Amino acid sequence: MLEQAQHMQIGMQHFLLVSGMLFTLGVFGIFLNRRNVIIILMSIELILLSVNLNLVTFSAHLHDLTGQVFSMFILTVAAAEAAIGLAILVVFFRNRDSIAVEDISALKG
Amino acid sequence: MIKSFITPELMPAFPEISLAIAAMLILLFGISRKEEDYNSVSNLSMLALAAVFMTLCKFCTETATTFNGMFIADAFGAFMKALVVTGSFVSIMLAAKYVERQRIMRFEYPILILFATLGMMLMISANDLIALYMGLEMQSLPLYVLAAMQRDTVRSTEAGLKYFVLGALSSGMLLYGASLIYGYTGATGFDAISTALAGHPAGLGIIVGMVLLLSGLAFKISAVPFHMWTPDVYEGAPTSVTAFFAIAPKLAALALLTRTFMGPFGHLADQWRQVVVVISVASMVLGSVAAIGQNNIKRLLAYSSIGNMGYALVGLAAASPAGVQAIMIYAAIYMVMTIGAFAVVLMMKQKDRMVEQISDLSGLGDRQPLLALAMTIMMFSMAGIPPLAGFFGKLFIFQAAIGSGLYTLAVLGVLASVIGAYYYLRIIKVMYFETAGDDVIDKASDGRLNLLLGISSALIVLFIVFPGPLLTSAADAAQSLFK
Repeated sequence: MLEQAQHMQIGMQHFLLVSGMLFTLGVFGIFLNRRNVIIILMSIELILLSVNLNLVTFSAHLHDLTGQVFSMFILTVAAAEAAIGLAILVVFFRNRDSIAVEDISALKG
Repeated sequence: MIKSFITPELMPAFPEISLAIAAMLILLFGISRKEEDYNSVSNLSMLALAAVFMTLCKFCTETATTFNGMFIADAFGAFMKALVVTGSFVSIMLAAKYVERQRIMRFEYPILILFATLGMMLMISANDLIALYMGLEMQSLPLYVLAAMQRDTVRSTEAGLKYFVLGALSSGMLLYGASLIYGYTGATGFDAISTALAGHPAGLGIIVGMVLLLSGLAFKISAVPFHMWTPDVYEGAPTSVTAFFAIAPKLAALALLTRTFMGPFGHLADQWRQVVVVISVASMVLGSVAAIGQNNIKRLLAYSSIGNMGYALVGLAAASPAGVQAIMIYAAIYMVMTIGAFAVVLMMKQKDRMVEQISDLSGLGDRQPLLALAMTIMMFSMAGIPPLAGFFGKLFIFQAAIGSGLYTLAVLGVLASVIGAYYYLRIIKVMYFETAGDDVIDKASDGRLNLLLGISSALIVLFIVFPGPLLTSAADAAQSLFK
């Protein structure tokens, strides 16, 4: 049992792998999602959180605080960004009565 | 440890700090008025920008860093900030009559421009990945709101939504790149990254991080393949906002791109050059080809700006002082041409209704020869026809590319420029050789637009006579990046 636990030690590469997967999920969530803009907002959050995980991992690995400070800034900006995104979404909904991705189609050419 | 508790030197950031304080005071002033008072707020904002412009040259000769090396004030920054502040000033000036007509006279409008300008100035002065990100977001967030300013129309809110989603995606890519760069160099400061990268080949992590960072920034200057938002946002946003988008943020992002890739990643020029060359060729070609089929003048100018950023990237690919100097000259000339072109677009109204089709310009040569002449100057200059300024902008760019041995890139650039000339000339043809129906553009009623159009036409035409000031200041400023 103990031997097995030592084999399963979680190292930096596992954290980086998870954050890479979260980032990929976020990007695909934006492009493949055809239903709802809210899901796009969630995907954006996912991307930002994957970056935070990356930064914190590197910060712990390097014994350097800068990465954690950086992720604090990202958290703050993400909140502001979500607020603005939702506000724009609300005004869009008032005009279009829909937040489906395929309805965002007045402008093309 | 104690060192970090010492109050940072504030003087190098004096223009930014004063702009921040001024913007907040003007915001308070705007809120405290009983009625919406667009005109006073707009005039105060222009005054603030003019005052900030005056303080910029405190650091146009020497280089100073502050806030633990996160902020750098140098000649390059002063030059680009001067362009950006002028651009924002002109954008507020251009907006005056238009916002009144479109009933978007909200006092937040000029204040959002002020905050976006502050973000752009921070971007230009960023000397650290954290400062870079904060400046970029400070600039982007007000721009999303500005795009959706006309909040009772589908087009404007849709433009804001598209800009927001794709902008947030690009910030995410940029950040992921920044986190990899931090992880593999152990630093976020540009100087420390530069030291860490010097002298040995870069690993995969660094390359991936750098390319992601480049993609994020390429989005902000709308280079292909990150240009998808540009035509839609340009078309949907209120025209005065589109003018601002085309004038100021592009230049700030270009400056940030130049500083980042000449500075910390200067050692890896051979690696990123291939990516920049591809992006640049794709932008030049798409900018020229896709614009041909457009009927809406705002969409056309969007493709034109994509193409123009492609040319500016040729200067970046050169990765030399001559290349940086060429980028700066190109940026200045691009700004003047864009101001002129948008002044004309903002004058395009028939029977008091704004129009934006290219065919609406027909017959302009007969009915309003002066306006048609000014637009002709802008279009010839954008097409790069000598002796107008636009020709010299492209000339310096291609010279820098040839100086760095990028012959193929220069040849492709010239070819794209020839294709691009087609749609600029088409506008001139519509103005002079197509007969108007009953509707023709109204006589201009806004003196400010005429004034700006006159000044920009004069600058474009007279550049060949007095090129000295722009060339020498750009050369000095470019040198400051290579110390």
